[in-house]
Amino acid sequence: MKKIKVGLGTCGISAGGMKVYEELEKEIGEKNLKVDLCETGCMGMCYKEVLVEVIDEDGTSSLYGEVTSDKIKGIINNHIMKNQPVEEWIVKNEKPKEDDTFFAKQKRIVLRNCGVINPSSIDEYINAGGYKALELVLKESDPVKLINTIKESGLRGRGGGGFLTGMKWQFAHGAKSDKKYVICNADEGDPGAFMDRSVLESDPHSVLEGMIICGFAIGSDEAYIYVRAEYPRAVYRLKNAIKQSHEKGFLGKNILGSRFSFKIKIKEGAGAFVCGEETALIASIEGKRGTPRIRPPFPANKGLFGKPTNINNVETFANVPWIIMNGAEAFASLGTPNSKGTKVFALAGKIARGGLVEVPMGITINEIVHEIGGGIKGNKKFKAVQMGGPSGGCIPSSMGALEIDYQQINKTGAIMGSGGLVVVDETTCMVDMAKFFLRFTQNESCGKCTFCRIGTKRMLEILERITDGRGEKDDIDLLLDLADTIKNNTLCGLGQTAPNPVLTTIKYFREEYEAHIFNKKCPAHSCSALVNYKIDAEKCIGCTLCVRNCPVNAITGEKKKPHSINQEICIKCGKCFDICKLNAVIKD
Amino acid sequence: MTGEKQKEKDIGKRDFIDFNAALWKYNGEKGAMIPLLQLAQDTYGYIPEFAIDSISEIVGIPSAEIYGVITFYSQFRLKPFGKYLIRICEGTACHVNGAKSILRAIEDELGITIDETTDDGMFTFLSVACLGCCSLSPVMMINEDTYGRLTPAKARDIIRNYKKNIKEVTA
Ligand SMILES: Cc1cc2nc3c(=O)[nH]c(=O)nc-3n(C[C@H](O)[C@H](O)[C@H](O)COP(=O)(O)O)c2cc1C
Ligand code: FES
Repeated sequence: MKKIKVGLGTCGISAGGMKVYEELEKEIGEKNLKVDLCETGCMGMCYKEVLVEVIDEDGTSSLYGEVTSDKIKGIINNHIMKNQPVEEWIVKNEKPKEDDTFFAKQKRIVLRNCGVINPSSIDEYINAGGYKALELVLKESDPVKLINTIKESGLRGRGGGGFLTGMKWQFAHGAKSDKKYVICNADEGDPGAFMDRSVLESDPHSVLEGMIICGFAIGSDEAYIYVRAEYPRAVYRLKNAIKQSHEKGFLGKNILGSRFSFKIKIKEGAGAFVCGEETALIASIEGKRGTPRIRPPFPANKGLFGKPTNINNVETFANVPWIIMNGAEAFASLGTPNSKGTKVFALAGKIARGGLVEVPMGITINEIVHEIGGGIKGNKKFKAVQMGGPSGGCIPSSMGALEIDYQQINKTGAIMGSGGLVVVDETTCMVDMAKFFLRFTQNESCGKCTFCRIGTKRMLEILERITDGRGEKDDIDLLLDLADTIKNNTLCGLGQTAPNPVLTTIKYFREEYEAHIFNKKCPAHSCSALVNYKIDAEKCIGCTLCVRNCPVNAITGEKKKPHSINQEICIKCGKCFDICKLNAVIKD
Repeated sequence: MTGEKQKEKDIGKRDFIDFNAALWKYNGEKGAMIPLLQLAQDTYGYIPEFAIDSISEIVGIPSAEIYGVITFYSQFRLKPFGKYLIRICEGTACHVNGAKSILRAIEDELGITIDETTDDGMFTFLSVACLGCCSLSPVMMINEDTYGRLTPAKARDIIRNYKKNIKEVTA
């Protein structure tokens, strides 16, 4: 029997995946076909959504991209009914294809089951080798050996900090207490990243299995997953997975006949970036305002409800079962001396092929952007990548040969972060980019530390005046000074890293700041206060749309004749630019 | 009694029993405050004053402290939303792909800005960070429907369509 899989991660659903699924269901029903239709998670190729994979009786796979209603009929009539795959719509099969470079350099450990299995089916997870690692761990029943395996693998926390996971487990293991907790951090606060969400939606059991193993390692019997409430689908699939796992005896009392018992609860976050920070997250689970506290004591000694707690990120946990099954050496053989294994990135921005990618550590930025990502959209010039979100920084294209590992990235002033990788081109203003992130952190500052609360506000004001064309000659120095003070006088990672986007853009794109301040020009033509809007007389057909929409009547011209903008009156709101259907309004 | 208060009372009557029944189930559990607030919001669409009082009574935490928790988290709201909730993504990918111009177009089309509700109670406009479909950026959601690869003109058309539908329904 042929099998049809529809990618129903958030990206797939947003692109219309549900409708595709329903239409396939209808076609199959009406034609009375013998086909196994099922859903799966994110396949990674978000830029080709909606994705539909057809697996023939002999196991041959054909992946159809950008599937719409018309294509559904074609696929059913030709591929399913006549065994004639529609080659021109297929983005991946055994024949060479243009999109092969998207996969060529990827190595899937965390994403091993994403887009492959049905996330709602524990049987498919088990058939793919799931819960074998847990069985093995319980059979050996040696937490110290287990912790050593994780240590030897070199796995570092994927939540941003990059702390050695095995070490962390050892601390929690060593803490003496009648009660210990495991927490999975699924708060995913970076505003341009969706790795954790995709893993939770596409392969929830791998995270649960990692958590259960961690519980056994440190001697805990209870865990929480802290998920953003904005991720309803992830929450839904997790709840379902926990229930299934209980039914099969992987969770609950005396797991698989051992003396080890473990339960997992879900806590939905309520929308505060700072709650991704571990001590704030713990406060939030306890039902309080999510404000961080001073460490030490570290959660490993005094965490949730005052008990020793081990907290790891979603991706960190998802790596664990693979390491147990494949051995620490297999994991450590990937990557660079100080960064082992792979990293999942949410590749987005001005990139031709955006999506979810998993690459071995040590891959270069150029390889990710040009080979996997297929280069920049619309033939523009590659300018920089932003890594690490609001805590990270911008790395210029001139450093594209840089190998991605924790040390190399830190040296640039950016951070590895949790995996947001946003590519920008020549039309993106770097001052504006810094302002964007600073506005975010300013908004999300919990207000506890003065330098974070007020310092970021002052920095934001300076950035605002620079992009508004009111920058003053000392502004760059002032920014650097404030950045330094904030970094050194704040309590948690939010404040300590908040200046990074500003610092890196000043470091690598200082001339852009200077152009704004001294020449009152935005080289990227992005800051509206610093551009002059003009009308291209060749393109303008005199439709008067802009005239009617200009809020200050700055545009004049006769119907059917080219118009012009009076620069004296123009307030540079950009409305004419947005509204012109012929692109006749240009920025200068 | 003002119209607002009356409305609150009417909704209150309908769901009060359900909400209270659920409230009691939580009694005693550690760290229950946020789930209780989420419950109140799920029941009423926002967190009405009387719900804060009920929660306060049950968990034994002063209303003022609960209020502090509510205002800390962006998920909670103290006022009801419009019928259509427009969430524009201002995540990084959407930002670099021109979310600002989409935002401007919608503001202009509805005559409200972020965090406001239209006078007729039809539209509430919110800004969120990353809807998880960056490859379709810029993106917005209206209730459960996602609209991707937006241009200012496309966004305007979408809003106008909603307005048209509202008119047709009321006519
Ligand atoms: C402001 C701030 C936000 C954070 N947000 C997240 C997050 O969204 N997800 C996450 O896993 N870790 C986040 N962290 C890191 C956590 O504090 C913690 O280091 C991490 O969850 C530990 O897991 P790991 O060792 O597996 O990385 C954040 C830290 C700070 C300072
Ligand atoms: S940044 Fe808008 S969907 Fe991710």
